[in-house]
Amino acid sequence: MVQDTVLEVINLRKYFQFGRRAVLKAVDDLTFSVNKGEVFGLVGESGCGKTTVGRTIVGLYSPTGGRIVYGGKDTAGLHGAAVKRFKRRMQIIFQDPYASLDPRMTVGDIIGEALDIHGLARGRERLARIHDLLNVVGLSAEHANRFPHEFSGGQRQRIGIARALAVDPEFIVADEPISALDVSIQAQVVNLLSRLREERGLTYIFIAHDLAMVKHLSDNVGVMYLGRLVELAPSAELYRNPVHPYTQGLLSAIPIPDPRIERERKRIVLEGEVPSPVNPPRGCRFQTRCRHAKPVCREEDPKLKPVAPGHLVACHLF
Amino acid sequence: MRLSSAQEITQDMFEPLRLGTGEGEAITRPPISYWREVVRRFRRNRLAVAGLVILVALLAFAFIGPLVSPWDPREQSLFDTNKVPSREHWFGTDNLGRDMFARLCYGTKVSLFVGVMAALIDLVVGVIYGGISGYFGGAVDDVMMRIVDILYGIPYIIVAILLLVVIGPGLWSVILAMTITGWVGMARLVRGQVLQLKEQEFVLAARALGASHLGIILRHLIPNAMGVIIVQMTFTIPGAIFGEAFLSFIGLGVPLPLASLGTMANDGYQYLRIYPYQLIIPAVAIIMTMLGFNFVGDGLRDALDPKLRR
Repeated sequence: MVQDTVLEVINLRKYFQFGRRAVLKAVDDLTFSVNKGEVFGLVGESGCGKTTVGRTIVGLYSPTGGRIVYGGKDTAGLHGAAVKRFKRRMQIIFQDPYASLDPRMTVGDIIGEALDIHGLARGRERLARIHDLLNVVGLSAEHANRFPHEFSGGQRQRIGIARALAVDPEFIVADEPISALDVSIQAQVVNLLSRLREERGLTYIFIAHDLAMVKHLSDNVGVMYLGRLVELAPSAELYRNPVHPYTQGLLSAIPIPDPRIERERKRIVLEGEVPSPVNPPRGCRFQTRCRHAKPVCREEDPKLKPVAPGHLVACHLF
Repeated sequence: MRLSSAQEITQDMFEPLRLGTGEGEAITRPPISYWREVVRRFRRNRLAVAGLVILVALLAFAFIGPLVSPWDPREQSLFDTNKVPSREHWFGTDNLGRDMFARLCYGTKVSLFVGVMAALIDLVVGVIYGGISGYFGGAVDDVMMRIVDILYGIPYIIVAILLLVVIGPGLWSVILAMTITGWVGMARLVRGQVLQLKEQEFVLAARALGASHLGIILRHLIPNAMGVIIVQMTFTIPGAIFGEAFLSFIGLGVPLPLASLGTMANDGYQYLRIYPYQLIIPAVAIIMTMLGFNFVGDGLRDALDPKLRR
């Protein structure tokens, strides 16, 4: 099967300036690509730059360096109407369902805003579209007159999804869409996302820190640490054969739903805190917490290199 | 059925509820818009309602009073000077024989006009300035806020006195004096709100959808900052009225034949020992205005605060 690459991220950098001197390298030299129709999982702990990657891809931040190529076109070269067209093709779902809906607007207007901006529907047709979208995400038409504060977290997140779907996008960046939800509600949102993918042929970048959920959803997974991609592999391969010590640590944190195995199991516990991205360690960024650190790790920054077909890792040990 | 104690609850009182699809998603509470909620909370606050009643009474006094009173606020009558309140002159007359009731109506109107105009000018200038500063941020924000800091550091009374000396006294001079540095408070407030709001995810969502700057400002930022802006305005109005009264008291207020609560207090103050009512009446009017606006302002601040939503 020939796979179409729909999104290419090439040497992406995003730095934030703090004061005169300090520069926060939120994303540093990231390269990956996403094929049409697949789910690309992006994992890593808090503060590793996952959200920044997502927001830069949809154009909320302008990259400090590198390129984002979508559908064969560099997104940095888009102007005026082309930007607007791009925004119809790519949408984002936010992490916090409480902050991502304007508290002063009704749900109908929140979803309708997308239609208004692109002039997609007006009057009665607009209302019909809003009702359709609410139905798609499992809510009913009468919810359109309600305000966000009247809904639960899971319902709000589905409203956020409906808003993203309003412009009929082909690519969605889901920025930790479930991490703010109760475990019991997570499934309904994940199932909705999977169903939409099948029905509408969507492509996702699924950002999360919950590896179990990413495993369930993703075709390919990228593991990020301090603004860098440390391992990139097809989902099954990554979970069967994690190579990078950081990935091993993360995977080992997933509990196994069998108390007997879980009790016996030896977990790899990552020691220490994540170093500050304003002043990352020299050499390999993970060396301060790595159990296998060698002298070379303190000196040289490892490059991503293949260890198996489609499986890349940035580590001196391999 | 009423239950008096926990023991009376038995198994057979429970019956299984079958959930049809979608039933769990239904919301039974009637939809309540933000502003209706605000009105509800405001009405529960007795002090705020009292403030509103005072303000309505003041407005009625200023606008209906002249229709009721037969006297002209400017007409002098040297035969009727310094008359104490009577059936003929309800609030007495002043040292030029002008009817105090008619004059107080007129003065209240002028004072309210000064206050409302000053607040409106603050609103327009402050919201635009603060909005631009907060929305675009970075270097623009730095420069604009340093200018505000400088203006904030100059005592307004000095600026006001200088201005009145240069352009001469007049109703608009007083309003200008009040607003020339007064808008910085509103600008700071709006900037703070915008800075906070523009990083909210719902604004990012609008940007991801391709909304224009103007669209975001009109649709998201202003409606969400509206509560704070309104509260600030209800405190700016009495501030300006009081400022005008103060300027009048030191002789820089609205010039004759105009009258304001401040100039009336100033006139009455000179006869305090002989005719105390000439000071007391305008002073009470000033106090009522201050109290009314401040009660309403406090009430609105509590009513508009979304964290107090119940």
